[in-house]
Amino acid sequence: MRRESLQAWLLLLPALVLLVAFTHWPAATTIIDSFYTTPKGSRPPRFVGIENYADLMSDPVFWTALTNNAIYAVWTIPVSVILALVMALAVNTAMPGRALVRMAYFTPTMLPMIAVANIWLFFYTPDYGLFDHILSWFGGGRHNWLGDRATALPAMIAVAVWKEAGFFMIFYLAALQAMPPDLKECAALEGSSRWNFFRRVTIPLLMPTTLFVLVNAVINAFRLVDHVVVMTRGGPDNATTLLLYYIYEAGFRFWDQALAATLTVVLLGLLGLLAWLQFGVLGKRVHYR
Amino acid sequence: MRNIATTHRTLPRRTLIGATAATLAAPSILGAQGKTTVEFYFPVAVGGPITKIIDGYCTEFMAANTDIEVKPIYAGSYVDTLTKAITATKAGQGPQMALVLAVDAYTLIDDELILPFDTLATSDADKAWLKSFYPAFMANGTIDGHVWGIPFQRSTIVAYWNKEIFKEIGLDPEKGPASWAENAEWTAKATKREGDKVSRWGIQIPGDGFTYWLYQAMAAQAGVELAGDNGRRTDFNSAGAVEGLQFWLDLMNKHRSHPTGISAWGTGPRDFLEGTTAVIWHTTGNLTNIKNNAKFPFGVAMLPAGKRRGSPAGGGNFHLFKGATPAQQQASLRFLRWLTSPEKAAAWGMATGYVATRPDAWETPTMKDYVAGFPQAAVARDQLAFAVPELSTHDNQRVAKALTDELQAALLGRKPPKQALDDAQAAATRLLKPYQKA
Repeated sequence: MRRESLQAWLLLLPALVLLVAFTHWPAATTIIDSFYTTPKGSRPPRFVGIENYADLMSDPVFWTALTNNAIYAVWTIPVSVILALVMALAVNTAMPGRALVRMAYFTPTMLPMIAVANIWLFFYTPDYGLFDHILSWFGGGRHNWLGDRATALPAMIAVAVWKEAGFFMIFYLAALQAMPPDLKECAALEGSSRWNFFRRVTIPLLMPTTLFVLVNAVINAFRLVDHVVVMTRGGPDNATTLLLYYIYEAGFRFWDQALAATLTVVLLGLLGLLAWLQFGVLGKRVHYR
Repeated sequence: MRNIATTHRTLPRRTLIGATAATLAAPSILGAQGKTTVEFYFPVAVGGPITKIIDGYCTEFMAANTDIEVKPIYAGSYVDTLTKAITATKAGQGPQMALVLAVDAYTLIDDELILPFDTLATSDADKAWLKSFYPAFMANGTIDGHVWGIPFQRSTIVAYWNKEIFKEIGLDPEKGPASWAENAEWTAKATKREGDKVSRWGIQIPGDGFTYWLYQAMAAQAGVELAGDNGRRTDFNSAGAVEGLQFWLDLMNKHRSHPTGISAWGTGPRDFLEGTTAVIWHTTGNLTNIKNNAKFPFGVAMLPAGKRRGSPAGGGNFHLFKGATPAQQQASLRFLRWLTSPEKAAAWGMATGYVATRPDAWETPTMKDYVAGFPQAAVARDQLAFAVPELSTHDNQRVAKALTDELQAALLGRKPPKQALDDAQAAATRLLKPYQKA
């Protein structure tokens, strides 16, 4: 018995070491750091209790970042997931050039985000960018997509959706392919309409995939900020500052370790809460075969 | 917490002794140990002409100084370079030198990462060297009576104008706008409207990326210095500061010669080269690019005068990091003295459009020939007489961002200029509080 448990621990060890070294230990030190001031030069960090959190509550940029991130999540998650499902259904049917369309849908996923951001930077360029160019055929004028507070964040959302939808489509496509064809035949015999079949059979069978995709989409809504770094650096006037970008800025531009640690703890808590909601509430309603 | 400046004042003595000893012993030590390697970070985002030029200088220097090996490490944008230099130094693997924005000196000093040059460069020749640069370029790197930065990749803002357009609208094509009034009137005239659509703008001043830098020129022209008291105080909301911002907003809303909102730093030169904008304010670092690509005659002017002329000095200085051994410190100094010699400063200026950093560089025969054939190159030099140091304070990145955010809010019409600048001043005051003398 003891030998077996030793063996089990040894088998777990590699994964455990990596997890502790790169996930749990940094998380724990971050939480500790969030209660101290930023060390500067020869001044060591000083314990300040929850002062950093109090400061954060009165930091207007934090609230802007939080609001922006909420808007970003509320748009990117459903739009990319629904789009992924629609694309998967489209390429799951027999049609000419199916492989080509599938590949086209999946291409954005394969491109590195930095490259994607640079491509879209060109699309959004005022006057001679792609969008302004197309709009000019219909008499549209100059649009400063990334320089205008009203369009900057939607522009970021569009890039994220474009990048993500193809990735999620692959999961839906795999799930659709795994669906036994006799269900469809059976439904046809029963005289069920296509919409009814989709609503009563396809959707429930796709629920495990949907949960997986949703979890990923939620994480990405807080994780995907590379394009913000390349395209707007959080501007104009913080219109595209997302939480993770603000953490980066606090940590590596302002060298404010205390603020960065505090922000990270808040983000960690937020993600924890969302994960609990998804697995605890939504997970119970998912039907696994 | 208070006055961080005092802590590093005590420090240089030990390094000084070490360095002097090293200077005396240098030839024998170097002979015995072989090469001294010096690494430096340099801000280049992608390979290209700049990388080639710097690599060329290093090879040339090493050929003449066989006991030293210099290794440039190209580290991305200015901000990236600073980030990498700080992180690497804190991890104990930093470079011996790095070229970062002159305004980030406070950040490096407050984190106790760099050494002042004047404590190492102590010979008479060294002292003369430190005095050989334009004072406008030394200002940002001179803090608490010490010299922390050696100017190299320095620039300033100038106005580029399209002579063809000026001729077309009946202006003297050989004269750029010299005053705020001329600037407003002439650029309004150069703006071409067809109904609601604008096919040509009179002027563009970039509002992203370096917003505060461009704005600082206007504030200087309105007679205001944005920072003072050794980087502990800012003056963002005085009447003059508001007047400076109003000048920018008036171009958009009153004279309607500037696109509303935020004009992009990156596309400004292209709009100018395409002829869709008559005048742009941009860095002298773009001079060579515009010279090589403009299909029309263009002029370079000093920025127009409000109460006075004014343009902030900008760009990067070399900083010496603490991790360097005495031998590396001396090797770094030798490299910098060579790199900033009049001939090299002139060559660098001609190759890139950055402003040659010392008066005697402009007296070299090659530079004289160059200016004779391309007088636009000398405008930035002449403007140095009116230059102000770039906005630089403790916690500089943050103070600059606070100002940039509020300026953008004003440019986007979300806040009236006075309120935006009041808010920027309040934010800066809060950020600078820890640095006030107790």
